[in-house]
Amino acid sequence: MIDMTVVELSRWQFAATAMYHFLFVPLTIGLAILIAIMESVYVMTGREVWRKATLFWGTLFGVNFAMGVATGIVMEFQFGMNWSYYSHYVGDVFGAPLAIEGLMAFFLEATFIGLFFFGWDRLSKIGHLVVTWLMALGANFSALWILVANGWMQNPVGAKFNPDTMRMEVTDFIAVIFNQVAQAKFVHTVSAGYLLGAVFIFAISCLFLLQGKHIEIAKRSMVVAASFGLASALSVVVLGDESGYVATENQKMKIAAMEASFHTEPAPAPWTIFALPGPDGGAPEFSISIPWLGGIITTRSLDKELPGIEELVHNAEARIRTGMIAYDALQEIRADGTNAAARATFDEHWADLGYGLLLKKYREDVGNATEAEIKMAAADTVPDVWPLFWTFRIMMGLGFFFIAFFAVWFYRASRGWLDTNRPMLWIGLLVLPLPWVAIESGWFIAEFGRQPWVVEGVLPTFYAASGLHFWDLVISLSFFVALYSTLLVIMVILMIKVIKAGPKDTLFDAPDSDDIDHVMVAVAATPATKEIGS
Amino acid sequence: MSSIPLDYETLRLIWWALLGILLMGFAIMGGRDLGVGTLLPFAARTDAERRVLINLMGPTWEGNQVWLILGGGAIFAAFPPLYAVSFSGFYLAMIVILLALILRPVGFKFRGKIKDDRWRAVWDWALFIGGFVPSLIFGVAVGNVLLGAPFHLDDTMRNFYTGNFFQLLMPFALLCGLVSLGMIVTQGAAVIAGKTIGPVADRARTFGSLAAIVTLVLFALGGLWIAYGIQGYAVTSVIDPNAPINPLAKTVALSTGGWLNNYSLYPWMITAPVLGFVGLVGALIGLQLRLRLPTLLASSLAIFGIISTAGLSLFPFVLPSSTVPNSSLTLWDASSSHLTLFIMLLVTVFFLPIIVLYTGWVFRVMRGPVSTQSIDKNPNAY
Ligand code: HDD
Ligand code: HEM
Ligand code: HEM
Repeated sequence: MIDMTVVELSRWQFAATAMYHFLFVPLTIGLAILIAIMESVYVMTGREVWRKATLFWGTLFGVNFAMGVATGIVMEFQFGMNWSYYSHYVGDVFGAPLAIEGLMAFFLEATFIGLFFFGWDRLSKIGHLVVTWLMALGANFSALWILVANGWMQNPVGAKFNPDTMRMEVTDFIAVIFNQVAQAKFVHTVSAGYLLGAVFIFAISCLFLLQGKHIEIAKRSMVVAASFGLASALSVVVLGDESGYVATENQKMKIAAMEASFHTEPAPAPWTIFALPGPDGGAPEFSISIPWLGGIITTRSLDKELPGIEELVHNAEARIRTGMIAYDALQEIRADGTNAAARATFDEHWADLGYGLLLKKYREDVGNATEAEIKMAAADTVPDVWPLFWTFRIMMGLGFFFIAFFAVWFYRASRGWLDTNRPMLWIGLLVLPLPWVAIESGWFIAEFGRQPWVVEGVLPTFYAASGLHFWDLVISLSFFVALYSTLLVIMVILMIKVIKAGPKDTLFDAPDSDDIDHVMVAVAATPATKEIGS
Repeated sequence: MSSIPLDYETLRLIWWALLGILLMGFAIMGGRDLGVGTLLPFAARTDAERRVLINLMGPTWEGNQVWLILGGGAIFAAFPPLYAVSFSGFYLAMIVILLALILRPVGFKFRGKIKDDRWRAVWDWALFIGGFVPSLIFGVAVGNVLLGAPFHLDDTMRNFYTGNFFQLLMPFALLCGLVSLGMIVTQGAAVIAGKTIGPVADRARTFGSLAAIVTLVLFALGGLWIAYGIQGYAVTSVIDPNAPINPLAKTVALSTGGWLNNYSLYPWMITAPVLGFVGLVGALIGLQLRLRLPTLLASSLAIFGIISTAGLSLFPFVLPSSTVPNSSLTLWDASSSHLTLFIMLLVTVFFLPIIVLYTGWVFRVMRGPVSTQSIDKNPNAY
């Protein structure tokens, strides 16, 4: 039997490392584009102030990027380390986008970031600009491929279970890539990164104006950030709606939980702004709703019903029963690969095999499950409603807030009112943490709302974990938390130091004379450098 | 799948070779920075010297590290059971490697930002750990693969690992760890000797020569150990290289010296260890004669030879099981499906040359020696 404590700890570890990773990722994605925009302005206008701005934001970008890489390496190996049955079960499909991400994105991003920092005096202006854009492109490609992978976990298209190899195998790779969930996630997540990048630059510029320092760079940065931020906020919200819409198509349970809709609502469903949980966290007894809105958001229609949790549990129960048939047929095929009757039965019911596996929590011989166990397994398909309900409202609320925020600032920027009002600047500074709140909420909804599945309808999370020992996880989890937290604190301190130092031509202490000691002085006299291969 | 132009057997072989190439790519490219990192506290004494070494790695180390990340991704995509069994089995060893690797990106970025001796000393050691620990443990892992890992599979392909962390530290595995460390230090020394001059380069040449000699001796010792002291594995049932994966369908037998069988079956394979020795001797001579590029090429050749030796000796195994040998994974029964291997091959054939081209271009742009002056000119230097 599977050790549920190990499963819990593995989930905590994955959640913690992924959430850490995603503190840095969206800032990398957003800042990369904004820096590339600023450098483009520099190349077009030739004005030094834009180069300074590029260098300054670039320094902060670099510090953040280092943390993104440090936390990313761990992610790449964790599937095999902590989710080894997952890796076997879906690796044929899931591994491919991960490998393509390395080939197409990480190499691009990581190779050109070196030149971005070290190439200023070795490349022409245009050459350096191209490098910067390639780096930014790499960051966005990386998001694309990892979200193709993640989108497949939410909506596993283009693959079929192969009883001979005991795993999901690709049948249609194009379908995996053009998975509509992956596309919706990509645009929503990348826009969220752009929004964060804009808010980051905007808030620090507000700080400079409040302190009356670096006015030139701050004002210019604010104009870029306000326009880019407004566009990003709009696209986050519009494309967030798209995320909700595609999720309704294939993850009805997630939507029902996000909306705390326990009973199926007659179409068009209302949209609940506020609700208090009923007894045992069940159906709300008190709620405030806007009629029709729920139906419009989630189904884009006035006549489609939004199924409630109770109905969905009922459906899950039926699928568990077919899953048991599929599981029994699979056993027969494993015992005797030539059993054609079993293969026919399996082919008919394989799509519900995952539901059958839900019973593995209760017994090994799934086919003999009791009525009570089937009921329990069906109840397991409901994620925890209230955390989802509230995080979704936080994210949405912030989406609308940022549209308003940047709309106001966009207007003020166009009137030249950037530094005229201190309270406004304070607000501009204090919103800094909010995009992170929205972003982490978003991932929480997407991933926690998918529970109990690691791959929706295909593989239950608890069944996917490695057979590690309790202490393995205690050790790894505590080391990760300790190391990441220490590094995070150091990173924040260094960022503050860089911000305090402010933009200048040389961001580091001027060389003291004793630094240039005997060692390398001779180098200047070295003749040919060409022969040096590296 | 009749529509796939390459048969399953060929694709499996190609992917096995590609995996080797990616891992060698990491050892040769990433090994530059792991090696320089390992030598950092010893070859460079003053802050200025250390900054020279760090900035020597600065522009290219991130790209070099992607070989490792891609290696991980490629194992996942092309040999999912291998990815599943090895990383969960060697769990704590992987954690140690990851913790060490985490220190590198931040070490580079953070160190230079504060001008304080103790601060910088902390990050010097962090960069050392980030170089030394992975170089050693990756080798220990390969040693354990040659010894066989204590795991088995059940009928649903779930894997069970029955060993523990300390069992990884067998004498033979430690020897492999030292070979790996030695060849990477040689590589690092070749890089330093090629990109700097003065006392740092002199020290690097000393350490590098020492490392090359030690590696040479240990590599030879490892060969003897494999011939006389260690059980090799062989598949005793008929293999169908085109069948769907099922590691449990075969039988496996063990015999002392069994890892050398391939060399009598396919005599050309002997070139691999020979290249390992030639490369090491070449690197040693190159360091002594103060050659730059040839030294680096020789030491890269040594890495190529040594890693191919391990891979070819194991063929067709990719991860033998010491406790239930029939559960061993081979390239024939631990791969992805025919279609996935084919698609991934197309993608790789398209992107890998592009990657090599632009990486080459970046190295060209950044060519030339690194010196204190060049660092002080650049506001972004570490
Ligand atoms: C939406 C975007 C996104 C998401 C969901 C993830 N990442 Fe990430 N990752 C990036 C976007 C990104 C990035 C923008 O490309 C990073 C962040 C900072 C950076 O250096 O590159 C990065 C870095 C990064 C690195 C280091 C790359 C390098 O050396 O350049 C690895 C190995 C991973 N990630 C792996 C993962 C895995 C296995 C994930 C899934 C669990 C994951 N990331 C989620
Ligand atoms: C970087 C942004 C991400 C964040 C913040 C995030 C967050 C989370 C959280 C909170 C969980 C725990 C859910 C739970 O156990 O209740 C989780 C689990 C998981 N996520 Fe993500 N996730 C991210 C990206 C991804 C991506 C891109 C993938 C796949 C490509 C992925 C795959 C998984 C897996 C395999 C688990 C473990 C099984 C599970 O508990 O569901 N995650 N993630
Ligand atoms: C009205 C505004 C918004 C709506 C309607 C919305 C909708 C959604 C939905 C439905 C999901 C879950 C997708 C899934 O189930 O997989 C989601 C996820 C997410 N949201 Fe939002 N969102 C909004 C605003 C925001 C904002 C302001 C941010 C950040 C700045 C954000 C960042 C994210 C992220 C990072 C995810 C996880 C990745 C993904 O699943 O796409 N969202 N959003």
